Amino acid sequence: MNITIEHFLLLSALMLGAGMYGFFTRRNTLAILISIELILNAADLNFAAFNRLCDTAGLEGYLFTLFSIAISAAETAIAIAVMINIYRMLKSNLVDELDNLKW
Amino acid sequence: MDYSQFLNMGQELSLLAVIIILFVADLFMCTDRKDGKGVLNTPLPVILLTIHTLFGIMPLVCPCAEACMGDVCVFGGMYQSNIMTIILKTILNVGTIIVFLTAHQWLKRPEMANKQGEYYMLTLSTLLGMYFMVSAGHFLMFFIGLELASVPMTALIAYSKNSQESAEASAKYILTALFSSGLMLYGISLIYGTTGTLYFDQIADKISSCDLTQIAALVLFVGGIGFKISLVPFHLWTADAYQGAPTPVTSYLSVISKGAAAFVLFTVLYKVFAPVIDNANLIFFWIIIFSITIANIFAVRQNNLKRFMAFSAISQAGYLVLGVMGATPQGMTAIVYYLLVYMAANLGVFLIISATEQNSDKINISDYNGFYKTNPKLAFLMTLALFSLAGIPPFAGFFSKFFMFMAAFKAGFQLLVFIALVNTVISLYYYLLIVKAMYINPNDNPIAAFKSDGYTKLGLFICTAGVVLIGIISWFYTYIDQFSYGL
Repeated sequence: MNITIEHFLLLSALMLGAGMYGFFTRRNTLAILISIELILNAADLNFAAFNRLCDTAGLEGYLFTLFSIAISAAETAIAIAVMINIYRMLKSNLVDELDNLKW
Repeated sequence: MDYSQFLNMGQELSLLAVIIILFVADLFMCTDRKDGKGVLNTPLPVILLTIHTLFGIMPLVCPCAEACMGDVCVFGGMYQSNIMTIILKTILNVGTIIVFLTAHQWLKRPEMANKQGEYYMLTLSTLLGMYFMVSAGHFLMFFIGLELASVPMTALIAYSKNSQESAEASAKYILTALFSSGLMLYGISLIYGTTGTLYFDQIADKISSCDLTQIAALVLFVGGIGFKISLVPFHLWTADAYQGAPTPVTSYLSVISKGAAAFVLFTVLYKVFAPVIDNANLIFFWIIIFSITIANIFAVRQNNLKRFMAFSAISQAGYLVLGVMGATPQGMTAIVYYLLVYMAANLGVFLIISATEQNSDKINISDYNGFYKTNPKLAFLMTLALFSLAGIPPFAGFFSKFFMFMAAFKAGFQLLVFIALVNTVISLYYYLLIVKAMYINPNDNPIAAFKSDGYTKLGLFICTAGVVLIGIISWFYTYIDQFSYGL
């Protein structure tokens, strides 16, 4: 069987959907973070697949993937730092506990 | 490769120099020194940033402005700069200087002594990110700039390490920021897949409103940037982040990052999504109506002043995006001018909130009852700034709203202008609630009289001058207007 662009797009769309579902339903901040990583990776997969199968002349998609991986690593680092800070204060990392500020 | 290209990025390089100088200076000024006494370093960043601003406006004041500083386009079109971006960056610089003046008293607290340096570093990093975002000519540059502007912002919001509110606000901010930037990245990947390029100039020819994938990309892009400007369906982080963050950070968040994002939204719509501008207009039509109306309704019921200013900022963002409708040159002038006026008024209010908070630890609107009796001057300046935010004629806020409505009206969105006008009246009501609290409401135990320090006074002077003069002196508008561009 030939692997075409549709297969990659289907996989990335599934990853995007799973990530969004996780983002809305998970209660643990770390699980939410993992869901967000799924979304980011879905986009990265798109870039790489488009570059490999549609725009074979250039390297724009690969480069974008590289940069976006680096940026998401930085984002994750700071998000985890924030969560550690919260865990020290509340002894919990559930989003339900974060209810001081509302309305 | 021609390395002299870097010299075209004058403002970015000089800001980078400022960051490095501050970084080194921080080594010798923090409390880790041998004698254990920190040096108070507000003057240094303010002076450096002033020099940087003056350096940045050099191309504008030299007589051959058009000739020697036309459109710069380097690195194959990745970085683009023109006179309009220089004007915008100058406005952002002035705003950052005022925010630094606001921050002085907060950084003077004993618990802040060993972390003053990071505050300046993080703030200026986000400023650098906004510079790149404003000058981007390629989606990679745009994305890196956007992330550079939002990741250090999380650290700034979480700056009061022992405050639970600060930590909670930063968690809400980073999670929603990551989610929205992830969706936007997906949108950019769809653009790449359908057009095969990411350069703004090359994409426009290959976009058409028949392609549903590209419309989806537009929607995802609007979601990502709408988060930065805090427009209504994407605004849920705003109030929490504003309330939890330290006040100087809130003032930075409310004006500077919002302004840069609104300008970028305009340029991307104009350069990339010009063929689908009708679809964009339809999206923004509803976004603007919801932003202005919902924020106004929620602002009325707030008691915490910072939270109140958050909803006021969402509604002002709705007005700001009014200039995006149709992406006309007049709209661009209106956006930049509105930003200038909004900056003066909003930073003025935050200067007073911050000074009051540092001196009396009070932040609720009901605490401001009888503020006029004890601090008449501050109450008066706050009234001027609030009048400008509400758009009462002699002050600059009236003119900025007028030009904004005019631009949208000429672009053919009469109904939208009418709804915005009705909402201006509602906003007048809640801005006057604060004025009423300060002047009329009785209070047995008002905030004690305090003397604000020199930095606050300087900041208030700049802001009040802006609020009173920018509207009356027509030079500001005509000067910005001659460099604007659009569809």
